[in-house]
Amino acid sequence: MNKLPIHYFLSLVIAVFGVVYSQQSAAESSTPNPSVTLAELSEPLVGANLRKMPALVERLELEAGTTALPVLEALLAGELYYQRSDKRLVRAVSQTEGGFQISDVFSTDALGSVAKKQIRKVKLNNALRVQLRAAIGRLTLLSDDPKLRLTAIENMLKKPDQANLELLQQARAQETDSDIVDLLNEALALNLLIAATDRQPRLQALRELEGSLQPAVRNALQALVALDADAQPLEQDIVVFTSASRLLDKIDGKLGFYAFLETLFFGLSLGSVLLLIATGLAITFGVMGVINMAHGELIMLGAYTTYVVQLLMPNHIEYSLLVAVPAAFLVSGLVGILIERSVIRFLHGRPLETLLATFGVSLILQQAVRSIFSPLNRQVATPEWMSGSLEINSIFSLTYNRLYVFLFALLVFVLLQLILKRTTLGLNVRAVSQNRSMAKAMGVKTDWVDAMTFGLGSGVAGLAGVALSQLTNVGPNLGQAYIIDSFMVVVFGGVGNLWGTLVAGLSLGVFTKFLEPATGAVMAKILVLVFIVLFIQKRPRGLFPQQGRAAE
Amino acid sequence: MNTRKLMSTALLAVGGAVLSASLYAADTIKVGVLHSLSGTMAISETTLKDTVLMMIEDQNKKGGLLGKKLEPVVVDPASNWPLFAEKTRELLSQEEVDVIFGCWTSVSRKSVLPVIEELNGLLFYPVQYEGEESSKNVFYTGAAPNQQAIPAVDYLMNELDVKRWVLAGTDYVYPRTTNKVLEAYLKAKGVADKDIMINYTPFGHSDWQSIVADVKKFGSEGKKTAVVSTINGDANVPFYKELGNQGISAEDIPVVAFSVGEEELSGIDTKPLVGHLAAWNYFQSVESDENDEFIAKWKKYIKDDKRVTNDPMEATYIGFNMWVAAVEKAGTTDVDAVEQAMIGITTPNLTGGTAVMNRNHHLSKPVLIGEIQADGQFEVVSETMGVVPGDAWSDYLPGSKDIVADWVTPIRCGNFNAKTAKCSGQNM
Repeated sequence: MNKLPIHYFLSLVIAVFGVVYSQQSAAESSTPNPSVTLAELSEPLVGANLRKMPALVERLELEAGTTALPVLEALLAGELYYQRSDKRLVRAVSQTEGGFQISDVFSTDALGSVAKKQIRKVKLNNALRVQLRAAIGRLTLLSDDPKLRLTAIENMLKKPDQANLELLQQARAQETDSDIVDLLNEALALNLLIAATDRQPRLQALRELEGSLQPAVRNALQALVALDADAQPLEQDIVVFTSASRLLDKIDGKLGFYAFLETLFFGLSLGSVLLLIATGLAITFGVMGVINMAHGELIMLGAYTTYVVQLLMPNHIEYSLLVAVPAAFLVSGLVGILIERSVIRFLHGRPLETLLATFGVSLILQQAVRSIFSPLNRQVATPEWMSGSLEINSIFSLTYNRLYVFLFALLVFVLLQLILKRTTLGLNVRAVSQNRSMAKAMGVKTDWVDAMTFGLGSGVAGLAGVALSQLTNVGPNLGQAYIIDSFMVVVFGGVGNLWGTLVAGLSLGVFTKFLEPATGAVMAKILVLVFIVLFIQKRPRGLFPQQGRAAE
Repeated sequence: MNTRKLMSTALLAVGGAVLSASLYAADTIKVGVLHSLSGTMAISETTLKDTVLMMIEDQNKKGGLLGKKLEPVVVDPASNWPLFAEKTRELLSQEEVDVIFGCWTSVSRKSVLPVIEELNGLLFYPVQYEGEESSKNVFYTGAAPNQQAIPAVDYLMNELDVKRWVLAGTDYVYPRTTNKVLEAYLKAKGVADKDIMINYTPFGHSDWQSIVADVKKFGSEGKKTAVVSTINGDANVPFYKELGNQGISAEDIPVVAFSVGEEELSGIDTKPLVGHLAAWNYFQSVESDENDEFIAKWKKYIKDDKRVTNDPMEATYIGFNMWVAAVEKAGTTDVDAVEQAMIGITTPNLTGGTAVMNRNHHLSKPVLIGEIQADGQFEVVSETMGVVPGDAWSDYLPGSKDIVADWVTPIRCGNFNAKTAKCSGQNM
């Protein structure tokens, strides 16, 4: 904010003189001024440029009080427009079929829909959004909705400001919800710690802040324990200094612990992506021994299937992924079977030719997608339930999309194990991979089993595509980006061993993420590759080599 | 198609090919288009190929140039940097084109450079780049760092009061050089070392979890923090997604990007990105008559009402119009004559102003800062007064402070040291 609103200054001065006056000023600032109507106050917003906006918003907050909330909220949401014809302020929400649905911003009466040309937006930028959020926070701190109060306090905690002190005290006196009371106490203690000069209230505040993980608290503490040029504490009161530094140490300890947990989660989540993309390959390459360079493109097809499914059900994005999972499995699986029947089966036992042929197939698939869907990336929407994060506390949260992908990877892995261990198909697959001619002699249709196995592996690649569509770009190059990684995991884990793939995927993910902070992303990638090269030199069969007769 | 028709078409085609070899050489002016149509860069470059083709079609409707029709020669360097050099050689020595519009990445331009200088061709390069270059045979119609990066940083510093800086980029020549310029600039403005964090990631990076967490930590230490992003192409989408998921909004930590335009945003849901910034010389949302006309023409040409326009397209538009004007002025397509005629040429840009080609082969352009909107467009929040002339050699790097590029006699040098009054060839 460039200019401090006048009432900040006012209440700051008044706060020094006593609480009675300041409460009066707080009361004044939220009482509507009856002589000017809200409509008159809002009118200058029409066509105002960005330089004038902060003053207009401030005036709205001070003079219209809580009645200004609908206008301020519409403005913050970027939905405040005015009609070109009569300069009337409206709230406009864009419609999926084009145009805008407009309503009166004061009375919320619906006014029908208009074309984009008929209305213009009231200007808004970042600085203004910050100001609006603070203003709405002050106006809703005493609202009836506990959710609004909670957001308001969280906002105030982010930026401790003495001007909010009396408002917070007022809110504290009325609050009944215990969670909000805790948060309010934290905010009050923080303000007290920054403002107070006597030892007792400051120690009291420090005691209150015990266990708080808010970044603002840590910043305040760091300011307290700052040293001057001679490494002497700047803080005069040594008792306050020592208890502040003790508290800071405690917080830093906790921060370190959560940072470790966070890195572990990042690693497991990267690992689960590696696991997903490698599981399909572990079947086609590991079990069947086919070097399939088109594996990445089968993943890409899965991602594009998700895109097509979303195109087909535009009004049910929330459920689209549930449909996309089986659809992608089928599409990639069928394409896989087609590749196996038309190319790979003629190249049995000739790895070099298989490699070249499947590489050719991968280029064909890429260019096909480029011609059908255009070379541009396609937009795959993320359903509501996969966005945002699960907040454990104020510094540690798990993003939902990663969490779901992690669970999905494990689920796919378990299902695949069940298929291989518990079904006739699985039995046949294992039989053929152990001894082809013997299996044939026992009446197993090896041709059919080959096609099914390849289809299964390709289908799983399709599933990986669905997951990746939520994490990265859906474009023709999607597959290329992951093919090296998937071979890396399978070779590291041990060819022909699904458990090896699981351990290799997860451990490589965790390893990379613990390296990254120290070395940077580029170097971490190189180091992981170097590590694998060295490891393969020592143990050419990977982490868990196949043993016994299966190894032949 | 029946058999007879097919045969006559085939005959015609053969006859046409024989004739064209002798006729076209005299009757048309050949325009080379050197943009990747496959591989990683196809996503950005195909649009520019279509833009050039649209401009050529348009010019031919107006009666061509010097009484001749323009004939496009499109080649596909397939995002493969050495292939760019080979295709340039093919265009210049086999097809004998009079001008080339092409390249996107700096590495592709660097690989074209020796060939185009050796064969004395003419290249129009339409993308913002890191500077530190000026060739006699290249006209740079995109932004130099002082027309994009520096004004963006100024905006953050003055308007948003940013005190801590994260310079995040993809690991290649453009981000590395730009960040070097920016780091020197920030330090000159009194920013301390510990308030600058520099981070590089590989091409197409998709796992941004730990980097975004680092940025969050870096930004939570009480001072206003911003990210200056030179992250290239595709990698931006997962980066912004991760920012949204970890709850970092533009109000907490704004990101200003130099490689994110309307085209890149058309591939993602922009609601969580509202308020993040981009610095360009053109936005589709700018209101001007030229722009309205250009957008309408583009949508009609590409037959898609949803397609967007972006800054490199404007740079292509300006470059093409300037070349046409210069050829008309020189009365010939001869490279040396056109090169001299280009200097000082003015054409209208799409933001309602005028583009001027300066003596250093760079343009004067307005600099716009825009905020991302929920509909994938930008809203201009800041604009420079008038146009900024492009500076080929940055004033903030120790090695290039004294160097100027000036292609007018008596200097005629792309790398002229003003202190020692010596010319060290065209490039570094």
